Amino acid sequence: MTSHTHIPTQMIRAIRSARTQCEERGVIQRECAAIRAQFRQADNGGRSHNLAKLLYVHMLGYPAHFGQMECVRMIASPRYSEKRVGYLGAMMLLDEKQDASLLITNSIKNDLAHSNQYVQSLALCTLACMGSAEMCRDLAPEIDRLLRASNSYIKKKAALCAVHIVRKVHELGELFAPAARSLLSEKNHGVLHGAVVLIIELCERNPETLERFRKTVPDLVQIMKGLVLSGYSPEHDVAGISDPFLQVRILRLLRILGRNNEGASDAMNDLLAQVATNTDSTKTVGNAVLYETVLTVLDIKSESGLRVLAVNILGRFLLNNDRNIRYIAMTSLQKIVGTDHNAVQRHRGTIVDCLKDQDASVKRRALELSLALVSASNIRSMMKELLLFLSSCPPELRAHAASGIFNAAERYAPSQRWHIDTMLHVLITVNTDRATRPAALSHMGFSPSRLTSGCPSAQSLVQVACWCIGEYGDLLLRGDCQETEPVQVTEDDALDALETVLQSHMSSPATRGFALTATMKLSTRITDNVDRIRSIVSIYGSCIDVELQQRAVEYNALFKKYDHMRYAMKKSTCPLYLISPPPPQSVQLHMKAPSGDSLPARGTAKVTQMVVLNNPNKVGLTHTHTHTQKGEHYLNPTNHLPMSRCYHNRL
Amino acid sequence: MIKAILIFNNHGKPRLSKFYEHYSEDTEQQIIRETFHLVSKRDENVCNFLEGGMLIGGSDYRLIYRHYATLYFVFCVDSSESELGILDLIQVFVETLDKCFENVCELDLIFHVDKVHNILAEMVMGGMVLETNMNEIITQVDSQNKMEKSEQSP
Repeated sequence: MTSHTHIPTQMIRAIRSARTQCEERGVIQRECAAIRAQFRQADNGGRSHNLAKLLYVHMLGYPAHFGQMECVRMIASPRYSEKRVGYLGAMMLLDEKQDASLLITNSIKNDLAHSNQYVQSLALCTLACMGSAEMCRDLAPEIDRLLRASNSYIKKKAALCAVHIVRKVHELGELFAPAARSLLSEKNHGVLHGAVVLIIELCERNPETLERFRKTVPDLVQIMKGLVLSGYSPEHDVAGISDPFLQVRILRLLRILGRNNEGASDAMNDLLAQVATNTDSTKTVGNAVLYETVLTVLDIKSESGLRVLAVNILGRFLLNNDRNIRYIAMTSLQKIVGTDHNAVQRHRGTIVDCLKDQDASVKRRALELSLALVSASNIRSMMKELLLFLSSCPPELRAHAASGIFNAAERYAPSQRWHIDTMLHVLITVNTDRATRPAALSHMGFSPSRLTSGCPSAQSLVQVACWCIGEYGDLLLRGDCQETEPVQVTEDDALDALETVLQSHMSSPATRGFALTATMKLSTRITDNVDRIRSIVSIYGSCIDVELQQRAVEYNALFKKYDHMRYAMKKSTCPLYLISPPPPQSVQLHMKAPSGDSLPARGTAKVTQMVVLNNPNKVGLTHTHTHTQKGEHYLNPTNHLPMSRCYHNRL
Repeated sequence: MIKAILIFNNHGKPRLSKFYEHYSEDTEQQIIRETFHLVSKRDENVCNFLEGGMLIGGSDYRLIYRHYATLYFVFCVDSSESELGILDLIQVFVETLDKCFENVCELDLIFHVDKVHNILAEMVMGGMVLETNMNEIITQVDSQNKMEKSEQSP
């Protein structure tokens, strides 16, 4: 095929030689003006060239609507070359909403009955591309006629044209069903393919039609058998597989017919097993057929043995060099992990290996699958892999991975110590990632906004640690531990740790606040060192940081005047679980003046509940729980006096 | 169903744009730009499927593409098409172009875009796969071209 100058090369050359967008626009404007002038002239030999030029201009994105009427004229021309460009132009420039498209209906009608099959084909193609509902209704009988009595070339095009008609006018499906049925006995693969596409469309539109076409399952099975088991057929062979495209299409139809239907599923069971085992998977085309087979098996009511075979094929796909194959296998496994959990579990090793895949989309899917496969029996080994993944995973997956790990840890933790270790491991790993930290820490009940106030990386961990020491100091000191190597912590050790934090240059004021509060909490949990705590606390009564100072003063007050309250307020009856999803709460200490006014401590949180502790003294101590909502801006931390079972959260 | 078939070069210049659903001219250009943007960002060692952009359709649509030298071949399809099947189809398309143009290159597509449309019309019709046998496609295209030629000779 040599280069005909259907599109005059001069114009294209001129456009391409333009060096700037502006220059190009100028060239195009000039050319369009010339084309317009040509259109207005009487019939000349170069008409098709002009329209072709216009279509090129249109592709580049410039307006070309003035060519619409020219398309209509060209379509009506007796010359094939002009019809061809005319129809092409119609498909590009016209749509059913325009009046011009109605004008070509007659031309199409005439051309459908043309003696030349290529003219017929042009009409069919255009109708299938842009036929309006009226045009479709008008011409449907003609299409049906072509489906039954014409050559293979026209039949296959008529079949697809019928699909378009049915999409536009659903009721016409009934009209084409009989013809579609009889097309299944054709030998020509193009026609068969078109027939199957048409039947799929009819079945998806109408459940009754679907019922009727179930009867064709044996025929379809026969056709498939012919394709799969027949010898080498040079006409249809693609890399050793006979017409893989047709096979895939038939498998799709079988899937639709076998869905939710035992009888149909049984009838295709053997065939599917045959295809699955006989198809050569070393070539891409073979994999397309295998994949479609797997999807069909998993979607119909297939035997369990067949399902296992299908899942195994997916497992093999995961080891394939071709990343596309790995990706689709992963996608499919994800869809069935709920229903065929055990079968998928068998491939857990391969899936976990895919966490190291180069392709980010494969990694993402491997992560989701891995999380779905975590169970009580494999939690320890899975967590190792997941934590390894977390340390090197792409940033966009980190938050998802961290929360997934937390959820898994929460559900299947074999022991408390393991749980806490895992949590801390995750926190340390994601600590450098500001985006993930909030997600990670919210699981532990800490607020994001607190941490985005500029704490350098270690601070949040320290805060968590302080809080834990304070809240669960009694457990810590008791050394009550289910692990194999219990660590013995003395009261002095705990206080030393807290004091170090308090005195460290690197501790932010917020961290110091935590440490101070924790120290205070310990005063109710320890027996020997209360005085030490009192002295620590009173030192901070004159601290330069006003926040700490206020805290310290209030705590001191607790020690002095309200000593009997201290225990009531701080006695913790918290459960052994460190983590459970907390409703975010914050606690505020309010001083209720004798006048009855409530004086909140600095930095008010929204008050939703007031719990007044009765006490014989004149000044009432009000303790409030607040439920703060997500997204509320961070407030200055003030006093944190724990009530039983509450968490230190501020949002 | 195939919603659109796009060919553009490494700079996003369209070399073929076929839409099987109607969009306004502006939207078509936007879709081309958006698709180029999505596809050109892709690394060489990731898979050839990605979610479609906002304009070309909802969650059911994906872009399946192949990158050959200076050209991207992108098919926007819905879930009724097999992804691997479409990849194979792109391969058939390119091989057919290669046969028809004798070692096809970008310039061939530029100067003979109508021919490319004619070839494509023998493979995909109304958004559906019509013919996948390369020899069959070429036979038909050759016959049609012969017809045109015979009209031209006076």
